[in-house]
Amino acid sequence: MSVNITFLAITGVLLAVGYYLVLERTLTRVLLGIVVLGNAVNLLILTAGGRMGQAPLFSPEVAPDEYSDPLPQALILTAIVITFAVTAFLLAMIYRSWSLTNADTVRDDEEDIRVSQASAYDEEEDAPVEEDTTEFVDEEGRPIREGEE
Amino acid sequence: MLIILIALFATAALCPLIFRYFRRNGFYIVAAVPAVGFAWLLTQFPAILSSQLDSANGQPNAPPSIEYTWIDGFLVNLDFRLDTLAAVLLLLILGVGALVLVYCGRYFKNDDMGVGAFAAKLVAFAGAMIGLVTADDVIIMFIFWEITSVLSYLLIGFSQALITARRSAMNALIVTTFGGLAMLAGLLILGTSTGSYRLSDIIAAAPQLSSMGMHIDVAIGLVLIGALSKSALVPFHFWLPGAMAAPTPVSAYLHAAAMVKAGVYLVARLAPGFADTAFWAPLAVGIGIATMIIGGYRALKQYDLKLILAFGTVSQLGFIIAIFGLGNADAAFAALALTLAHGLFKATLFLAVGIIDHNTGTRDIRKLSGLGRKMPLLAIATTIAAASMAGIPPLYGFVAKESVFDALLHLDGELAWVPLVGVVLGAALTMAYSLRFVIGAFGSKAEVAPVECYRPSLIFLAPLLVLTVGTVLLGLLPGFVEPLVKHAATLYPQDPEVHLAVWAGFTPALGLSAVALLVGVAFYILRARTDTGVPLRRKVLSAEEIYRGLVNAVDELAIWVTGRTQRGSLSFYLGVILAVALVVPLSIALTVPTPWPTHWVIADHPAQMIIGAIMIVGALAAIRAAKRFMAVLMVSVTGYGMVAIFALQGAPDLALTQLLVETIVLVAFVLALRALPKRLWVGISKVKPARALLATALAAMTVYVAIGMMAARNESRISLAFPDLAYYEGYGANIVNVTLVDLRVWDTFGEITVLAAAATGVASLIFVATPVARRLRAGEIKSGSIDHGSEAISTGEFSQAGLDIARQFARSNNKDWLIAGHTLVAERRSIIFEVVTRVIFHAILMLSIFTLITGHNTPGGGFAGGLLAGLALTVRYLAGGRVELAESMRVSPNILLGGGLAVAGFSGIFPLLLGDPVFSTYVWEFALPIFGEHKFVTSTFFDIGVYLVVLGLVQDVLRSLGSEIDVLSEGRSPVARHDVVAGYRRGVGR
Repeated sequence: MSVNITFLAITGVLLAVGYYLVLERTLTRVLLGIVVLGNAVNLLILTAGGRMGQAPLFSPEVAPDEYSDPLPQALILTAIVITFAVTAFLLAMIYRSWSLTNADTVRDDEEDIRVSQASAYDEEEDAPVEEDTTEFVDEEGRPIREGEE
Repeated sequence: MLIILIALFATAALCPLIFRYFRRNGFYIVAAVPAVGFAWLLTQFPAILSSQLDSANGQPNAPPSIEYTWIDGFLVNLDFRLDTLAAVLLLLILGVGALVLVYCGRYFKNDDMGVGAFAAKLVAFAGAMIGLVTADDVIIMFIFWEITSVLSYLLIGFSQALITARRSAMNALIVTTFGGLAMLAGLLILGTSTGSYRLSDIIAAAPQLSSMGMHIDVAIGLVLIGALSKSALVPFHFWLPGAMAAPTPVSAYLHAAAMVKAGVYLVARLAPGFADTAFWAPLAVGIGIATMIIGGYRALKQYDLKLILAFGTVSQLGFIIAIFGLGNADAAFAALALTLAHGLFKATLFLAVGIIDHNTGTRDIRKLSGLGRKMPLLAIATTIAAASMAGIPPLYGFVAKESVFDALLHLDGELAWVPLVGVVLGAALTMAYSLRFVIGAFGSKAEVAPVECYRPSLIFLAPLLVLTVGTVLLGLLPGFVEPLVKHAATLYPQDPEVHLAVWAGFTPALGLSAVALLVGVAFYILRARTDTGVPLRRKVLSAEEIYRGLVNAVDELAIWVTGRTQRGSLSFYLGVILAVALVVPLSIALTVPTPWPTHWVIADHPAQMIIGAIMIVGALAAIRAAKRFMAVLMVSVTGYGMVAIFALQGAPDLALTQLLVETIVLVAFVLALRALPKRLWVGISKVKPARALLATALAAMTVYVAIGMMAARNESRISLAFPDLAYYEGYGANIVNVTLVDLRVWDTFGEITVLAAAATGVASLIFVATPVARRLRAGEIKSGSIDHGSEAISTGEFSQAGLDIARQFARSNNKDWLIAGHTLVAERRSIIFEVVTRVIFHAILMLSIFTLITGHNTPGGGFAGGLLAGLALTVRYLAGGRVELAESMRVSPNILLGGGLAVAGFSGIFPLLLGDPVFSTYVWEFALPIFGEHKFVTSTFFDIGVYLVVLGLVQDVLRSLGSEIDVLSEGRSPVARHDVVAGYRRGVGR
């Protein structure tokens, strides 16, 4: 098959822009990056489908290979709509992030940082405890004298 | 035997119910189940003893067995086999089990927490043990093995409030499951090498397996590690003293009589076939003897009665495993006799400790004094059991130990003296700690005041007395046991030369017993003299400290790895992911020959180059744009560029869909981001070289791989068959649409499910605190009230004259162009927009339905139709505000989403009702008077479902990002972010 250089060039630029934006910390740019990546990949799928052709509307006179390949088209069509849904979801997330933190940037996860600086000491595992010599103890572990059955 | 197994598990399930009505007396009811099982087992002995142990299941003289196929493909079957070894262990499991349950009936109080659950675990444990020893399939055996570990964990941790209980339970679980894992690996090697997971097959194939090489030795070594960890041999022994945090009945049953015998069982089971493998002797015999001595020594150092017994158990388990490990008929005979003896006396001793603890409130021998006078019956029974443990005639423990000495004296070989000396030393230590136990518990100490306590009732003592009677009776009449252990030893070629007898004359074995007892007394006196009453700090690192060190090292490593990899920065994570995505495919593409296309074109059509240039400029501008909406617009340039490319390429459906989506997305962006500042990345917009390099390299790599893939294509495309399939079998001319709703309908069904999920996600992110409000009606809203008080859209530029016209329009008595237009404040209204909306809304809606219906044959369909309808809705919302949106679409998006999925799903299920495959398509041809011949294709129903879901998605986006944000920000300038945020601080929308 012949390879369409223009399409490859567009795909390449869109991919680069998309990857770059996704690596940003501003949520809006991340979202824009995802949208651009979506367009780039759709174009790549279209390119892989081959050269331009007749619109895939059946006509008995047209040979099957004269149509523009319908299979990638079906794939792209669902991809377009899914990208729309994802975009809407991320927009809602950006809004939520903005209303909670007054920022639309991704911050470093404080919990992660806390975990990475945690100490290996664990109360449950490492705290020294005295050995009991009876199992009849109250809630604080003090022995209670038993007797009656 | 399956009936007992099932009955025990069923009883376990019923326990909470039983204990709710009968309180602690429920233990007596529950104990009946193992007791009946015990009686049944006794009736089975004639059949078992007359069977040929090494004959395969199904042979006429094989032991009783049950076989069900379970997972045929993996050779895993529900096979059970009741041979002599299993039956002897069952005697302990069922007999001691019933007695321990009876004992619990007075050990616990009626108001103790969780007694029902406790009983359930104990009974289930008995069931699991039965499964473990009777399973003839190693996988089934392993499953029961792990069940006992888990139940042991739960029972040790019975006192959840105590940190010692929780920690001990966790240690026991980790150690035994570690061993279990090693064992599983070993069993899998054995099973695959044999070609069968049946235990009896594996043992029968032992001679062939042993000659297969090193991996069998390793497998047996791994299985032994499992056995050693379960039976608490060195270096795993520390979990057993820790497990003494469990209630004493649990210690008596699990950690003396039953569960710890699982390792013994496994060694006994494998010894006939595998005692000659490389790791057997050092692991089973060597570690066994070492454990016997270390355990006995440690027992001498303890002050807690229960810990004396725990270390004593460790010692005895090492002893039994070492003897079984010798792997000859004499040893097997003696070791099995010893196993029974241990079960009898050790359970008795634990039950006695339980009574002492229960009635005096301590187990510390430094605090106990004068107990022998207070509880004479208990003291006598306990002394008998301890004497049996020490090997004093004429008790059963002595008889069994004599047979062991006998067996050891018969041993040949250069190193035969090692086990003999070790066992005599161990027996001496046993004598010493038995004395320490009895005197510590019941003796009177001059410096300690006698303890005050109640006498235990007879019913509390009964189980212990039964066991003691057993110890005495079997000692005097060993003839009951001899046929059992003798039959079990028939798995070995020779006949055992040893016997069970309380008096066999002046034999060398008797001499060894006497030596052991005397040395033991000497040990005891030595220890008593040097005993300061304070535990010494030991200079040697204990196994438990090594274990704790290991666990801490794992913790440190985990924190180090987590700290290095989980840095909490999303950009860092993405950078790593993308870098891997760059390096891995690229290194493959560069090292293997990559096909390269021979035929290139610059473009199929000159227009492509123009469109491409515009898209590239748009994309690059998006990076440089400093204002938020400018960037959004630049990105949508690439989107609209795609529309043009699709249209040129011969993809009208794509062009249509992309056009509609692009427009709606633009609206959604504006709606969602209106509250955010216009300019946010001031100073951030300068390009960062490292990111740019990574992004460019990734893009280049992707394109390079894509070129290679396109060049690698050597088949004609799969969709060549699609046109005919679509037209003659899908009854539609639009091949793409038929692909979506018929040929690849499952994909589309999955996709609309994702759409519904995403729509729900959008709504749930925005409607966080406020429930979705009652639907607004325009009539209930005061005119001009919505968005009143916010600053003018653009002060200054919007002329006063324009505002006057708008106010006049708002006040005019003409019928409204839109239902809810009047609710907006005058400054927010646009006459032209309202009029145009009124004119075009229904036309767009009609068009959307037309697109939906004709989509099967011409560009369009459910996706395009739904988007068009959504666009009509968007226009209404923009012109008339949130009340107008509510008025124009009176069903909730949830109903549209759910209904759409239901319609689509039903169109798939309906053919099933007619007996056709799911998602079959039917066609209905009909003629209309004016419109001529037509046909209706049932896959249109699926498309209607798609239409509804897409419309629901758009409506949800408008409702959430539009209406709800309106509500949250009304009365303020939408861009005055401090206002909005202050509102959130007050709790609005949080």
